[in-house]
Amino acid sequence: MSELAPGDELAPLAVTPDRIAGARYAGASGDFNPIHLDDEFARAVGLPGRILHGLYTMALVARAAAEAAGGPEHLRRLSLQFRGAAVPEEEITVTGTVAARDGRHVTLTLSAHQLGRAIVRGATAELEL
Amino acid sequence: MAVDARAVGRVFPPHSYMVGREKIREYARAVGERDPRCLDLDAARAAGHPDLVAPPMFAVVYCAAAIEEAMLDPAVGIDFAMLVHGGQEFEWGPLVHAGDEVTTEVRFAEVSERIGMAFYRFESRSANQLGEEVCRGQWTQIVRPRA
Repeated sequence: MSELAPGDELAPLAVTPDRIAGARYAGASGDFNPIHLDDEFARAVGLPGRILHGLYTMALVARAAAEAAGGPEHLRRLSLQFRGAAVPEEEITVTGTVAARDGRHVTLTLSAHQLGRAIVRGATAELEL
Repeated sequence: MAVDARAVGRVFPPHSYMVGREKIREYARAVGERDPRCLDLDAARAAGHPDLVAPPMFAVVYCAAAIEEAMLDPAVGIDFAMLVHGGQEFEWGPLVHAGDEVTTEVRFAEVSERIGMAFYRFESRSANQLGEEVCRGQWTQIVRPRA
């Protein structure tokens, strides 16, 4: 674990979801919305093709925050807005910085990018070290 | 697009969820979790846990039935084909482990219309079998207008 002082950057987390990442996440989470599974359906509702679940991307952001803190028990809160849809088979990178620290309480600001676009920006995580 | 706010404030019946060890592993693998306490029973026990630790975002699994009932309620009126997930917030209490029973209650908190889209916000509260609040969630769903 780093010192997590204000201004510190977290080690980036890079993940390339494979072709069936959306199906695997659908099974694990129980969210079988066809926009995550079926290209034809996704296009019919105005999307470029099937997209990953927003909560899958959020899980990557949560993992980056928890790993920076030393484990899931230190992640107390995570809040974010989805800015764009992530797609399979392209690398997603989660980056973060320490926004504030008060004793054992640390606030992180995180974002997630794919193909040069922000899919999550301005996520806030609260850690209790 | 017109929004119907008549169901705002409604609290839906609680759903309880038994947290299974293999479900934690399945979820952990699906999101690439690397913490051995979420995957390896010996590692979890060696670290003082009664069983596998659920990753924080496993909250979506134990909240699923309760949040789905709220979102699918015809009185809430979400057009599912045009739904996108707008935002999410979770606040966590004590860790959830395999073997826990988590009960979740969802409230339809708010609906509003902005830039032609409808924003629905739901609140969830999840408690374990000891009555401890393990997670509180804010779920924002956006419904785009049909072309």
